[in-house]
Amino acid sequence: MMPLAVRGARKRFGAVQALDSATLELRPGELLGLLGPNGAGKTSLIRAIAGRLRLDEGTIEIGGQPVTPGVTRPELGIVPQELAVYPNLTARENLEVFGALYGVPRADLAARVTRALEHAALTDRAAEPVKRFSGGMKRRLNIVCALLHEPRIVLLDEPTVGVDPQSRDRIYEMLADLRQQGVSLLLTTHHLEEAEARCERIVIIDHGKVVASGSLRELVAQSLGSARVAVIRASRPFEPAPALPAGAELDADGRTIRATVDAAASSLPELTRIASVHGGGIDDISMHGARLQDVFITLTGRELRE
Amino acid sequence: MIGTLVRIGWLNLKRDRAAQALTFLLPVLFFSIFASVFGGQGGDTTSSIRVAIVDEDRTDASRRIAGAFEKETALRLRKTADPDETDAAPLDRAAAEALVREGTVPVAVIIPAGTEQQIAGSGLVGVKLTLLADPSDPIAPQMVQGLLQKAIMTNAPELTITSGLQQFEKFIGMTEAQRQAIDGYVAQLKSGDAASTAGASGAMAGFTIDVVNVLGGSGQAEDLVAFYAAGIGVMFLLFSCSAAGGAMIDEVDSGTLERLIGSRAGMRGVLIGKWAFIAMMGFLQLTVMFLWGWLVFGLDLWSHIPGFVVMTAFSAAAGAALGLMLATASRTRAQLSGLSTILILTMSALGGSMFPRFLMSETMQKMGLVTFNAWALDGYLKVFWREAPLWALWPQVAVLSIVTIVLLTAARLFARRWEVV
Repeated sequence: MMPLAVRGARKRFGAVQALDSATLELRPGELLGLLGPNGAGKTSLIRAIAGRLRLDEGTIEIGGQPVTPGVTRPELGIVPQELAVYPNLTARENLEVFGALYGVPRADLAARVTRALEHAALTDRAAEPVKRFSGGMKRRLNIVCALLHEPRIVLLDEPTVGVDPQSRDRIYEMLADLRQQGVSLLLTTHHLEEAEARCERIVIIDHGKVVASGSLRELVAQSLGSARVAVIRASRPFEPAPALPAGAELDADGRTIRATVDAAASSLPELTRIASVHGGGIDDISMHGARLQDVFITLTGRELRE
Repeated sequence: MIGTLVRIGWLNLKRDRAAQALTFLLPVLFFSIFASVFGGQGGDTTSSIRVAIVDEDRTDASRRIAGAFEKETALRLRKTADPDETDAAPLDRAAAEALVREGTVPVAVIIPAGTEQQIAGSGLVGVKLTLLADPSDPIAPQMVQGLLQKAIMTNAPELTITSGLQQFEKFIGMTEAQRQAIDGYVAQLKSGDAASTAGASGAMAGFTIDVVNVLGGSGQAEDLVAFYAAGIGVMFLLFSCSAAGGAMIDEVDSGTLERLIGSRAGMRGVLIGKWAFIAMMGFLQLTVMFLWGWLVFGLDLWSHIPGFVVMTAFSAAAGAALGLMLATASRTRAQLSGLSTILILTMSALGGSMFPRFLMSETMQKMGLVTFNAWALDGYLKVFWREAPLWALWPQVAVLSIVTIVLLTAARLFARRWEVV
């Protein structure tokens, strides 16, 4: 039995189909990355799992039991993107009030708060009002506030947005600790490198549909096959933009050609010729295996969504 | 450059409906309200004063006096214990005093026993009417004194004439023919044939009026302190409750509300918890206000503690519910600020926080009863001015309780948009 299973979730808001038969599973103890462009349906999906969105169709089960709209399941811990803590309360006070509200027994509360402070590396600052904390400290506190009732599934909405690399590392260490305890994690992020490096599996959602899911290797196989990516940077921006062969695109800087190439030998000469003739020469040329960024762009396109 | 900055301001104003309402609509609205409150508008420009009348003499002369008062359009007389029952027993002094004490009428006039004898003996000069007055209304007794004089002059001139002639005859003397002529004229006056041309203009009716403060307050200045402590206290209670309710909107923005709703408390628990806190804060705020009144202005708080506690508790409960309702109905802090300013200032003006309701026209007084302030203030005035027992507060307590329940229910309904969609 999967800790979390979403099947055929559909939800429409007026003219917008927020969820369109979205389906995913969260396995025990895994860190699943949920990626998608802005407005793709990530937040709707998270809200539906949290019992805050009534689906038009489809089912969501937590531990084999269907989610009832309006009821947040105790097995669930939710870390919102906003810093949902009280700035005038100290870190300890925030943990105490949220622990009490989430049903932590009074006898256990003090010990759990102490552990949470250690977990978030905030023990030394426990008595300070949160408004004096750095962004990273607030993020860590925001996470542990959702963990006091020891949920088996944790939904994290952009938990590392706006924090420095040190805090980001610390946050992923916290998540790794949770996984060791068997907690299943569903994380949304726009940091594709992070998702690539940290998530065991990735689900890409677009226009309310799951367009791909699996490990990075599986995603690459599903979207780009065996293709590799060639990046050729011309000496100066192309003026005017040259006609590029299929599979090649000009980056926003106006002088970098990025192309997926199945047979490098046949595609590369044409691309280098274009860069030499129209771009005043070649500054750099590289080839690499497909990354999550390439998969993501291939599956969701380049056009802006908002 | 200045033109560009003006354009930015104009575009912002053009697209901000709340700012437009606050800039253009609010001043007009307040002008209208204050013009109505202070300008005596609202339908009844001929506001009359309610007066209870007790005829202890029950003679022809005393009935003539009472009849004269009854003809005075500026006075609305109440002669019986039951106002709807004309055949009901006439008021006695105790019943009239009770009406003044409970605030049903601001003044009661007592025509004492022996009035006819006094008139027969020494004319109106010896007559001494008693005015039982409610000091919470400092205007009505003064006006009633003047109106009583005018009523006698205008509506019962024969009494004045008879009184004056008796004095004339006593000290100077009259012939039989003169007396017959005068008796004929007085009869004409009694029957009304002589209209009101009694020629008494400028003369005094002759009787004296003894004003008795039935509430026995220790002083008008102190009474006014109680009024302003309650009036200003209730107005600021509403402002602070609305501001505290606004924390809900901040919590929506910060995400803490989402976290609270997801907890065991749920939305209902969150609302009740917030209402309880705001009500306690309001109770404390009003207590501080009255304590300050006691400490600095000599307000007699300690002998009114039970009534004060009851009124403060129920006012704070209703104020907190109003604050929550406004917060849940508003989408942004700016919206809440505009909405609460308009509503609270309007209610405070109509409900008597800024200007006593008893000095407003009757229509405005009735309109005031739709406001929270009027009921809260009426309760406080009962406690501090009328020395009313606790049970007498039941209408105010009942209305404030209903207001609390209705507003909390509305807040619960408005808050649904933050729950499941």
